[in-house]
Amino acid sequence: MAMDTLPHAAGIIGAVVPRIDGSLKTTGTARYAVDHNFPNLVHAVAVQANIGKGRIRSLDASAAEKMPGVVLVMHHGKIDNVYRFYPHESDGTISEARPPFSDDKVYYWGQFVAAVVAETLEQAKAAAASIKVEYEAETPDVKTDLSDFDGERPESWKRGDPDKALASAAITLDQTYVTPVETHNPMELHGTVAVWDGENYTLYECTQGVVNHRVVMSQVLGVPRENVRIISRFIGSGFGGKLFPWPQSSIAASAARTLNRPVKISVDRRMMFSNTGHRPHTQQRIRLGATQDGKLTAIRHDFFTQTSQLDDFVEHCGEQTPFLYSCPNLVVTTGMVRRNVGAPAPMRGPGAVPGLFALESAMNELAEKLKMDPVEFRLKNDAERDEGKNLPFSSRHLKECWTTGAEKIGWKNRTPEPGSMRRNGKFTGLGLGSASWSAARIPCTASVELCPNGRVCVRCATQDIGTGTYTIFAQVIHAATGVPLDRIDVFLGDSSLPEGPTSGGSMATSAVLPAATTATNSAVTRLLHIAASLPDSPFHGMKPENLAISNGRVMQKGDQQPKVVGVSMNSGRQLSANGIPFEEVLKMANLSGITATGKTAPSFEDPKAKQYSLHSYGCHFAEVEWEPEIARLRVSRVVSVFDCGRIINKGAGTNQMLGAVVMGLGMSLFEETVHDHRTGQPINNNFADYIVPTIADLPDLDITFLDYPDYIVNEYGARGIGEIGMAGVAPAITDAVYNATGVRVRELPVRIEDLLKSTIHEA
Amino acid sequence: METFSYVKAPNVEKALASADGAKFIAGGTTLVDLMKLYVETPKTLVDINLLPLDKIEKLPDGGLRIGAMVRNSDLAWSEEVKKSYPVLSEALLSGASPQLRNMATTGGNLLQRTRCMYFREPSAGTPGGYGCNKRTPGTGCAAVDGFNRMHAVLGTSDKCIATHPSDMCVAMAALEAVIHVEGPKGKRTIAFADFHKLPGETPHIENALEAGELITHVDLPKPVEGAKSTYLKLRDRASYEFALASAAVVARVEGGHIRYIRVAMGGVGTKPWRSREAEAALMGKPANEAAFKAAAQAALAKAKPQKDNAFKVELAKRCLVRSLKTATATA
Repeated sequence: MAMDTLPHAAGIIGAVVPRIDGSLKTTGTARYAVDHNFPNLVHAVAVQANIGKGRIRSLDASAAEKMPGVVLVMHHGKIDNVYRFYPHESDGTISEARPPFSDDKVYYWGQFVAAVVAETLEQAKAAAASIKVEYEAETPDVKTDLSDFDGERPESWKRGDPDKALASAAITLDQTYVTPVETHNPMELHGTVAVWDGENYTLYECTQGVVNHRVVMSQVLGVPRENVRIISRFIGSGFGGKLFPWPQSSIAASAARTLNRPVKISVDRRMMFSNTGHRPHTQQRIRLGATQDGKLTAIRHDFFTQTSQLDDFVEHCGEQTPFLYSCPNLVVTTGMVRRNVGAPAPMRGPGAVPGLFALESAMNELAEKLKMDPVEFRLKNDAERDEGKNLPFSSRHLKECWTTGAEKIGWKNRTPEPGSMRRNGKFTGLGLGSASWSAARIPCTASVELCPNGRVCVRCATQDIGTGTYTIFAQVIHAATGVPLDRIDVFLGDSSLPEGPTSGGSMATSAVLPAATTATNSAVTRLLHIAASLPDSPFHGMKPENLAISNGRVMQKGDQQPKVVGVSMNSGRQLSANGIPFEEVLKMANLSGITATGKTAPSFEDPKAKQYSLHSYGCHFAEVEWEPEIARLRVSRVVSVFDCGRIINKGAGTNQMLGAVVMGLGMSLFEETVHDHRTGQPINNNFADYIVPTIADLPDLDITFLDYPDYIVNEYGARGIGEIGMAGVAPAITDAVYNATGVRVRELPVRIEDLLKSTIHEA
Repeated sequence: METFSYVKAPNVEKALASADGAKFIAGGTTLVDLMKLYVETPKTLVDINLLPLDKIEKLPDGGLRIGAMVRNSDLAWSEEVKKSYPVLSEALLSGASPQLRNMATTGGNLLQRTRCMYFREPSAGTPGGYGCNKRTPGTGCAAVDGFNRMHAVLGTSDKCIATHPSDMCVAMAALEAVIHVEGPKGKRTIAFADFHKLPGETPHIENALEAGELITHVDLPKPVEGAKSTYLKLRDRASYEFALASAAVVARVEGGHIRYIRVAMGGVGTKPWRSREAEAALMGKPANEAAFKAAAQAALAKAKPQKDNAFKVELAKRCLVRSLKTATATA
């Protein structure tokens, strides 16, 4: 949408608003972490272990130390000012708790065992390659079958007696679903530029949470919080992999302090397959029981999730299970299985994405057993309240998601018999998967400044990971003041700003909206008081509550223009000559600006919000085409319907959902990180061997937002999106695959070798 | 990457003079990649991008001469190739990405090296390194007991199971191209079928080139009158992905019977896989599904699957049957 056709003022909330930082990115002006350069900067390159388990017998860096340009070699016993962070005793989170080089042990293939710092990147790479490490190697455990786990399997969400109910159920289903290790592959590589000034660290990072990063790094580096500043103005996406600090951050910071020079380190694509997180392998057994007429009587969800040797990461596959459907008997059990792999990390829709692959696949299979339509089956078992927490839903329109999606994709024409639908010489299949993701309002502080140059500045230590947070702030300010978007400056991605939320869990938007709004309103109230009190002001003597700000001008209430289209992004055209520009008021009062701060109170401290179950919902309907003659499967359509509260920016929101569905398609058909069973190495650690969808793989995508505001979450009714778009895609696709081919794939991704088992052939 | 010296050759003579102990670099799409991984560690690179070998010319006998430096994109979009050798154009366009095709050359693609993951991991001899007889003779083959879903099922040995990755070469095998080389001992020609070597006991010897020889051009024989040709590539995703199985077919059908047939396959062999077994099964036979299936059976009869790639046998058969249908279709 062209800028000059944007809805004005309050109408901008919910509109398609182009990103205010878009041109910085498309012109290459936006500077990402490792784009930062400083005089005297040196380059660090890490050395990876090439065993998957064992210990370092010897490490010979003598050649490297003599190589041209080398200024520092770091390894076990030779790293300064790095401390251990204890995640459970602090208000921050770290990805890999073991500090780099802290002992001679190797826990996973690719673990950093040394780093070289040199004047140029090439010198550092050459010296890193010359380091000779000898190991006492043991056979790593990277088995993908997690069944041999015999450790603790805690129960959660138990209600009723699921085992008894399963034993007596008329119809039951018992299946195991597997999702592989998937690796985050944001376009921007992980990297850090560390600057030490003798007292303070400034770390240029690609982090999804500058505040958390500062909390963690102040402990890791052993300096007060005030002495650490994290800057992360632009992030080339993270998908969860950049939520919490990774060891390269400590390596760069330590080297910067030791050398008293700025240090740059980049984690290359190969390293990112072992050193910066992944979605762990999951193995989930689902048992469902139902009455003959299709009412669920029991759900048992027993899952294993793989983690590293030292970090307790659980992929919470059972998070959506307790409340998605109504069912009197239910239990979820968790088994955390250690393997010789790097630390897992949250990856888009952690827990929900693999969890709903299992649960929704099982629902589709049970519907088939019941000879019920899968949409009907779900409608019949829809939950009226959250039976897990025993709370009413704040706002849930999942039924409407199902019926709307079914209508859009033409579900009524679906025939359940595999291979029974054809089009243009190909078999087609339709499938369905539901989605859910939790909602919450997390704390946020933002400050808004009305400036004498007619601009408005907003500041918050959150960050824009590519999702449109810069633009959301500008929309809020514009909605409240009418100041055009090009006169609003949004400052994010800097831990020295007022504390804002981590960009994770799809919670940034719902957190920043109240703080930004309160700050703006509070600044405006002060402005109007000043306007009413100044002797030279045309509003002198009026009651402040009879004044208002509109189009960036102070005026009497009633003089505001009606809502019109046409000026919000472009300050060149003035709509109204009423009142006076707000900056005139500041000048009259000889003020350098008016600043006000706003806070978002978290929903977990809000007595009203605590009385509700807060979640978003959605569903995907997928259509596939199958040519058995050449075993070619293509996803031809995905229709997605979401109930995510009110959408603040339909452009950025739709964009996120499109990306999430594409990622879900990659999960369904392509993505799998394979560890060599002898070495533990992620052997397909590059974009030729780890494949993700290309544009040629993309189906017709159709995104619908139901747009029901959820005022329990905040006054805008916005819940947050991002994660939910990926949840439910895989079960929809695998169900469509079954409908077309007769092959049920319970272990992702769907591969040609699975489909070759299809007995559906040309008539 | 190891340090190397770099020479730019202005003509073939100078290139040959600098060739001793050096590697020629054309598009560099494989070589530079492997140098970064320390798999290739040439002491000297001789840049041949200036050589005047970038023409596509009609030969007096009706054939086509393709300079070794002709870029894959230019070859794929050549009017002559699209008209007379569509199988070659289709094969080229199914490979890599537009950016790579703009760089990759005809000569370079003949020498494209395998994507075997173990070949690309250079730290052999250390714990965690992988044996690779192709990379370092005598170190074994880590792929045999490793993850070998993408590996070959035809032409393998216990020393190597790496797949030849090229699409272009599969089409050229079916077209019976002739490779022209020039070296210290002068000029010679190599029939396409003799150019690539089976791994056998010596997987590091991949082709018939001798030390210091340079590919100058590739000749395609005169198009077979009345024949149709096609290339079909089956892979995990729709674009920018190596073949799991591919097939190049050149066929002429007269009176419902196959009177000319050339069949080659990709994604399944250790070299571009000309299937004389399939050709023998088809020659003179009626152009029908039964004959195509019998040919596919014959083509894969000697297939030796590994633990992760048994599916390639069935997939290659389906690929071949569909390609034969397309190439023999009357409409």
